[in-house]
Amino acid sequence: MILLPCSWCGPRDAGEFHQVGEAAARPDPGTATPQEWRAYLYLRANVCGWTTETWYHRMGCRRYIRVERHTETNEIRSVTPADQPTVAGAAQ
Amino acid sequence: MATNGHRSPAQRVAYPARYSAFGLLRRGLTHEEWPPAWRAHPLKGSYDVVIIGGGVHGLAAAYYLAANHGITDVAVLDKGYMGSGGSGRNTAILRSNYLTPEGVRFYDRSIELYRTLAADLDYNVMFSRRGHLTLAHNDSSLRTMRWRAEVNKAEGVDSDVIGPAEIKRLAPFLDVSDQTRYPVLGALWHPPGGIIRHDAVVWGYARGADALGVHIHQNTEVTGIDTAHSQVRGVRTTRGDIATPVVLNATAGWATLIADMAGVALPITTSPLQAAVTEPVKPFLSPVIVSGTLHVYISQTDRGELVFGASVDPFTSYSMRGSLEFIEGLAGHVLELMPALSKVRLLRQWAGLCDMTPDFSPVMGPTPVEGFLVDVGWGTYGFKAGPVSGEAMAECIASGRTPEIIAAFGLDRFGAGLLVGEKGAAAVGH
Repeated sequence: MILLPCSWCGPRDAGEFHQVGEAAARPDPGTATPQEWRAYLYLRANVCGWTTETWYHRMGCRRYIRVERHTETNEIRSVTPADQPTVAGAAQ
Repeated sequence: MATNGHRSPAQRVAYPARYSAFGLLRRGLTHEEWPPAWRAHPLKGSYDVVIIGGGVHGLAAAYYLAANHGITDVAVLDKGYMGSGGSGRNTAILRSNYLTPEGVRFYDRSIELYRTLAADLDYNVMFSRRGHLTLAHNDSSLRTMRWRAEVNKAEGVDSDVIGPAEIKRLAPFLDVSDQTRYPVLGALWHPPGGIIRHDAVVWGYARGADALGVHIHQNTEVTGIDTAHSQVRGVRTTRGDIATPVVLNATAGWATLIADMAGVALPITTSPLQAAVTEPVKPFLSPVIVSGTLHVYISQTDRGELVFGASVDPFTSYSMRGSLEFIEGLAGHVLELMPALSKVRLLRQWAGLCDMTPDFSPVMGPTPVEGFLVDVGWGTYGFKAGPVSGEAMAECIASGRTPEIIAAFGLDRFGAGLLVGEKGAAAVGH
């Protein structure tokens, strides 16, 4: 179990959250080519080390947070509020 | 007299020793030692083919390169020991009852190779074809199973939907009453499925490949891949550099880290999958039981232990630590299916890394970097595909063309939007 210190609710069990995924900039749907859009949809850095990602507190405040986590140790370095989901398919 | 595994060179027996009942008897009587299953070699400065990842996929590819295509100047590198990743951590279930025709054909070829593997490799892989039951607890899973059964039958694979009475006959300890939280409404019955000894498959392939001249390098971590003009030139390792025109990435959970070295982006995320095993009990469970709704699969090994597996952990991670919440949830789900197991104790739990793709199908074949091939994206279903993947990747390397059987699984499908949706059948509870 990992504890995720939610910006609004304090430290909570990671099971309360939905991991949205790596924080990535969404290309403009009006101008992006299909290849750019699909790269945004599917390609991931999948870092082994420190990474920045978005989590959704679905069983709590139902808001998004930006988390800096080490993917090998699951250690968490910083948590900040994130107003918008940054990866498609975020809300379940 | 050799003691404690050490022996002088004079005592070493000719290689490879044939495994047979007669050999066992002779060595039992003479106390002559078995030679090691494969040898250690110094790392050469160049190889025709370098395979990164000493699991069932990498070793099978090396074996079929040598056996089917005569390419023997091959090195298999692993940062740990052979089978230290997913190949030794899966729950050893074999089946071919998938949802898409591409998937069914592919996995059925794998089962075909597994059937004769013990004879082909002269190594007892203990394939036990005891049947595979996927339980349906609601109408929608029953519909998907009917769909899967029909696709399977069209492809010539033995699968059918059966009712609770038939399920009870096949697995008497299963609670199929309507008094449970998720009553069993039916099941997909797949008689050719079964379990196998996964370590033996790894060792058998390693031994077979070594006998044909392949070099197996354990504890050899790849630290970089040299490319020039979008072409592979060589591999850097902790034991020295290797010049090679062909590199196969078969590193499962670590696939993106290796692909990054070659500058290839993959649509893969890594998540742990946990499993557990109980103390041995008398044989009572013949088929493999899978429940997608309860996120659990159960089989009884030849030694009597019950092996439990689950779905991947709900977030990406490279951590292989087990968690208490997993074991709690798993035990609850198992007891829901088989209340009689409440007094059985768990022996241990472990985790392996799964390289998940967006469509739950693998990524196989060439990449934009010439000479850099991938056999990755194996998620929760990689072990059962080991032989066919090795066979297909060996053909891909030897002929320079993508074989028909893996044509649907190319890396370019993501850019082209041609995904192969196996989500309904790849594993439990995605």
